[in-house]
Amino acid sequence: MNYIPHTPQDQQKMLEAAGLKTPADLFGYLPEEVKLGRDLDLAPGLTEHDLFRHLEGLARKNVLATRGSFLGAGAYHHYSPAVVDTVISRSEFLTAYTPYQPEVSQGTLQAIFEFQTMICELTGMDAANASVYDGSNATVESVLMALNTTNKPRVLISRGVHPHTREVLKTYLAAHDVHLDDVALGEDGRTKLGDVPEDTAAVLLQNPNFLGVIEDVTALTEKAHGAGALSIVSVQDPVSLALLKSPGACGADIAAGEAAPLGLPPSYGGPYVGFMACKKQFLRRLPGRLAGMTVDSSGKRVFCLTLQAREQHIRREKAASNICTNQGLCALAVTAYLALVGPQGLREAALTCLSLAEAFKKKLPAGYKLLFKSPTFHEVAVECPVDPVELNKKLAERGILGGYPLGADYPEFKNGMVFCFTEVNGAAELDNLLGDLKALVPAAAAAQEGARG
Amino acid sequence: MDRLEPTLFEKSSPGRRGCTPPTGGVALVDPKAVLGDLVREEPPALPELGELQVLRHFMRLSQLNFSIDTNFYPLGSCTMKYNPRVNEQTARLAGFARLHPMQPVEAVQGALELMYDLQNDLQEITGMDGFTLQPAAGAHGEFTALLMAAAYFRDKGEKRTKVVVPDSSHGTNPASAALAGFEVVTIPTNPVGDVDLEQLKAVLNEEVACLMLTNPSTLGLFEQQIVEVARLVHDVGGLLYYDGANMNALLGVARPGDMGFDLVHLNLHKTMSTPHGGGGPGAGPVGARGALVDYLPGPRAGKTRDGFEFYQPSKSIGRVRMFWGNFLVLVRAYTYIRYHGPDGLRQVAEGAVMAANYVRMKVKEYFDMPYDRLCMHEFVLSAKTMKEKKGVRAMDVAKRLLDYGFHAPTVYFPLCVEEALMIEPTETEALETLDAFAEALVKIAHEDVGLVTSAPHNTPVGRADEARAARKPVLRWEEGAQ
Repeated sequence: MNYIPHTPQDQQKMLEAAGLKTPADLFGYLPEEVKLGRDLDLAPGLTEHDLFRHLEGLARKNVLATRGSFLGAGAYHHYSPAVVDTVISRSEFLTAYTPYQPEVSQGTLQAIFEFQTMICELTGMDAANASVYDGSNATVESVLMALNTTNKPRVLISRGVHPHTREVLKTYLAAHDVHLDDVALGEDGRTKLGDVPEDTAAVLLQNPNFLGVIEDVTALTEKAHGAGALSIVSVQDPVSLALLKSPGACGADIAAGEAAPLGLPPSYGGPYVGFMACKKQFLRRLPGRLAGMTVDSSGKRVFCLTLQAREQHIRREKAASNICTNQGLCALAVTAYLALVGPQGLREAALTCLSLAEAFKKKLPAGYKLLFKSPTFHEVAVECPVDPVELNKKLAERGILGGYPLGADYPEFKNGMVFCFTEVNGAAELDNLLGDLKALVPAAAAAQEGARG
Repeated sequence: MDRLEPTLFEKSSPGRRGCTPPTGGVALVDPKAVLGDLVREEPPALPELGELQVLRHFMRLSQLNFSIDTNFYPLGSCTMKYNPRVNEQTARLAGFARLHPMQPVEAVQGALELMYDLQNDLQEITGMDGFTLQPAAGAHGEFTALLMAAAYFRDKGEKRTKVVVPDSSHGTNPASAALAGFEVVTIPTNPVGDVDLEQLKAVLNEEVACLMLTNPSTLGLFEQQIVEVARLVHDVGGLLYYDGANMNALLGVARPGDMGFDLVHLNLHKTMSTPHGGGGPGAGPVGARGALVDYLPGPRAGKTRDGFEFYQPSKSIGRVRMFWGNFLVLVRAYTYIRYHGPDGLRQVAEGAVMAANYVRMKVKEYFDMPYDRLCMHEFVLSAKTMKEKKGVRAMDVAKRLLDYGFHAPTVYFPLCVEEALMIEPTETEALETLDAFAEALVKIAHEDVGLVTSAPHNTPVGRADEARAARKPVLRWEEGAQ
């Protein structure tokens, strides 16, 4: 094996030092009944060349859109400059461990500190952590923070929150005595929050919501605060924050979500990178790792992990959270991306998204209807004249990856589909989509009639 | 104030930029006209830099790091082995990297096939009956498995409120158990480093849901009484949970399933060589045996007559994350397993255990060795005598090793060993490196006390004032914040 550099002579030397003769002697004392005593039943090893070909073959079995992808639904493809991949391919970042030894980890620590700062800037919050697994986990951890902070037993969750995130929340809280109440969406596609009970720990929103609609976060937050509940805003595409009023500016207490759209490819859903940010008074409740500024023995400004007394390796069962690993390399990609695009580039990307979505709304072919009139960012919910799943199959034949059919998650929108537009689409791909949507109305409708007959 | 490298914010200059996103010939709208009062008034204060400035910033930062590619990293329990570069290439194939997680199954057959095959490979490697690939890290896997245990007992109508962990366990074990709603009971380790059977018997009863065990333990020792431990736990109707952090020692040699474990998590970022990336991303798939398979988080990858699909296990606890898992980490792990095959994986375990025992024999007479027996892939030294006689602590030894170009071992863990130094060389280090590391440790044992207690001396920065960082936390850059 090429990764194991031990020659037979090396092996002999190592074994002799331990008073042994053969590699099998290393395990000789294991109880007989637990020894495998055979080879694992796995495919034989491959050379690097054959291995790469095998993986290429698997990758080729996946289908990529050739004339445009309009699928968002929590995973957003934005342009990522070449330098981002150069930075995260750098060995000293790629193959380093968690920066427990600050003397030899200043690179990772300073990058985390810069990441935390940028997340605070985007969200309008005072403090951010070094990242968690993904957007859904960041959102769920925020709810846990609110439950621990308020000691109240109820959480109101907008149906505009990503269905996967709502499901993860239910999984996480199955073991806890907590009421999870769904809050319906109104006819305008916005969260319709009624009276907030006094025993509510938090109101959870997503902005823009899963149907693409921009919520009135300020009004919903005031309502939550009126009942003594915290306001948590989940953001699934932070590019939107270049144009939209930040959660902090709307008065929210915690902002959480997915930072992967900032520099990472769609990656079939992972690894992504969850971010969490909050107002100052909740800082010590933030789970996960935090990098802080300090000085070294000679008075130099340095960075180190801090407030570790909250964490599992010190507190064990009394820890604020069980999180150990963060998404270091993904957070580094986000930091490099934001440094490269800067405030101007991020605004331009966001503005192109918004403009494409507005153009789509204006040119929507006959037979298709907007589900809501409320303002949107880059996702638009549409009522299709035919079954969206069937429509997507036709679009796929033409090299287009269609939107997200809503029927499975929102039965009330059986023919609903959410289309997503980002700056990687451009006007030409939008025209491809509009042309095909128009052309496919009669054909797809006919096919469906046929299937029924 | 003296500083190594200014932050991005200190290098920022208004109007500079490093990237122009594509505009694609779209007529731009006026956001205020479209969004009204939802529009952001103040742009976020992100730094403004040119492309070369950004690149140079991160290259300079990288040079302040130790990493596997530049330094030996004998960090116990972390399995800092070589991260093969072919894994990076396969993970960057467009058919994987550009694949959207919500594409319909007919468009993602290659991804599903890979996930299905990886589930099967992990089942065979651990002796389990089913796997989920969703959990993003080891602790996430632990939590997932404990939720499964809770649901399993709920369905059986049994009220089990306790999870037992040995005092040598990883901190995530009790933290995950508490998060899953269990009360944690800690039991001590016996004088030879195994589970204390009498103490275990004393706490086992019908309130115990689960015993969480790492085998080899964090002392680097194979739990010799594992069959008896499994019998005792099963006799009271409890489950045995395998923390797979140390699976590297047993690949192709012994399997948790054959030892009696019911639930398993693996750390693909340890055993299967996916890079740690300065603290992630990882992947912590969970395996289950027998009736527990039905409780795995869904959806899981399955096979039908016509191809591959997603399906929901019948009693699934539900999702533990969005989408399907850290997919590109799974691609890397799958690449690693396919490269090695059965022979190669067994050689990994042999190489790791051989290297650990070799280093152990070379350094043991210079330190305390609380459990002096043949070890697995790692071993634990203690600087207790050194501290008592000379005032040199484990942390001092660790910091002094940095001066020799070696990353520090894990220190002060496991908690049951005073002044612990936990050393895991892995299978991918050459004999010359192991020799040089052992020589450095021996040399440090004889060095001038002041030199060691004031170490490191050759690193980019000295010891950080961690008390100051915690007392008045500065967690973001602000003008004048230094």
